[in-house]
Amino acid sequence: MLVLIGILIIIAGFLLRFNPLLVIMASALATGLAAGLDIAAIIAAFGKAFNDTRYVSIVWIVLPVIGLLEAYGLQQHARTLIGRMKGATLGRLLTSYLLLRQAMAAVGLTSVAGHPQTVRPLVAPMAEAAAEARNDALTDDQREEVKAFAAATDNIGLFFGEDIFLAIGSILLMKGVLEGYGYQIEPLHFSLWAIPTAIAAFLIHGFRLRRLERRMQKPGASA
Amino acid sequence: MITLGFVYVLAGLTFALFAVLGLLDRTNPKRFGNGIFWGLLALSMLAGDRLGDFGNGLLVLALVAIAGTGQIGRAPGGEIAPEIQAERAAKHGPFLLLVALIIPAVALAGTFLFKWVPGLADPKQATLISLALGVLIALAVGMARLRPPALLPLEQGRRLLDAVGWAAILPQMLASLGAVFALAGVGEVVGDLIGTAIPEGSLFGAVLAFGLGMALFTMVMGNAFAAFPVMLAAVGMPLLVKQHGGDPAVVAAIGMLAGFCGTLMTPMAANFNLVPAALLELKNPYGVIRAQIGTAVPLLAVNILFIWLFAF
Repeated sequence: MLVLIGILIIIAGFLLRFNPLLVIMASALATGLAAGLDIAAIIAAFGKAFNDTRYVSIVWIVLPVIGLLEAYGLQQHARTLIGRMKGATLGRLLTSYLLLRQAMAAVGLTSVAGHPQTVRPLVAPMAEAAAEARNDALTDDQREEVKAFAAATDNIGLFFGEDIFLAIGSILLMKGVLEGYGYQIEPLHFSLWAIPTAIAAFLIHGFRLRRLERRMQKPGASA
Repeated sequence: MITLGFVYVLAGLTFALFAVLGLLDRTNPKRFGNGIFWGLLALSMLAGDRLGDFGNGLLVLALVAIAGTGQIGRAPGGEIAPEIQAERAAKHGPFLLLVALIIPAVALAGTFLFKWVPGLADPKQATLISLALGVLIALAVGMARLRPPALLPLEQGRRLLDAVGWAAILPQMLASLGAVFALAGVGEVVGDLIGTAIPEGSLFGAVLAFGLGMALFTMVMGNAFAAFPVMLAAVGMPLLVKQHGGDPAVVAAIGMLAGFCGTLMTPMAANFNLVPAALLELKNPYGVIRAQIGTAVPLLAVNILFIWLFAF
């Protein structure tokens, strides 16, 4: 039971808005000590895991390209493009991106799009422009919400598309864990059972995107 | 053959250049903190495998000490004026879009190429390697046509990274915390707690506990992968599969997706929820999570219903 102290530290730390890096380190130390590890062993375990997961941070190599393109006006161009397309409403734009992201993830192309690669330089400015086209008095709060929904749409498309792909990490994990219990299950079975949820995710989020579009058409202080 | 090692070298050099440029930026009172922070990250990328576990641990402690005491931050200004951007966009717009699409296009083409033609690159890391190649090609094409000052991509890239700040390594830190939790057996303790909370003999109660447990434990750990083996051992296997005869493929597949609903609602999944908020320069760091809750909650209910309907 004592090892749960790390979870309490994380929850309290995030709620009190301490610097998350400090909170994580404190949680790791407290959890390790509660489990009877010595400090050096905890630091080494953390260091090993940090080194093993470096691939998580390599996505930042796209920033020089994004920086170059933005300096030459990529975001403005993305807005202009949307301005020219009369049928490109906020809801249709983000729903199309949702479908595209789900479809790409479903065939294993998860890193093709993402927040630094596509959301910041393209999807978010396009969504903003589409909202502006119907409402010339878009407030700052509304602008924030549109951008937040652009990021949310990327996440939802990724999460509820990727498990349809046979060779994704989560499917291999499920196969491995169930094998440990003596069940031999083909990856295809897991993939097929991800499809109903993928459809439900598209319908639910698509519906919310339509409501977002309506909400953004009204000038006002809706947060 | 190209391996992930090549990508780490590329990332290491990029962070090293960010560090040097940051250190030289006299307009920034926090330039020393910035220089050391990104410099240490460059060291980790370039030489992490030679530092040893304890050495890497000390490197992490140094990163946390620098960022946790507020020693890193962005310099004011540095943006290109919107009028200049608009003027350039009118001239180069379609070309910029083309270059932006080079990165996903190369990532896509490379993923297939490296899987079909063995020996070129490590097929297990095909997408990450292709992404890195896409970055290099896009940069070369962009530089050749636009002819900007040589350091402009790095200076602008650094400005974007400084805006993200310490959140840039938050995902990696949380993944490492998960490893310490696993070592300490946190998962088993949580699983036992949830297992004892289920009313005896109720099928729907067990399905509900499994689905909610996946989502809640994923929120705590920031990752459905960590929650899955624990919840399967505590509830999925003994109750849903063994006692009630549920189909293990359905329980596992839809249970995992119930966990993904939890990922949408937690700051612990920093790379999906907090990093984009920083990258899009939102005022509310939890803005993305707020936008996702309205989808995650009904979808979680749907997943619980699906397990109940399809597994039995």
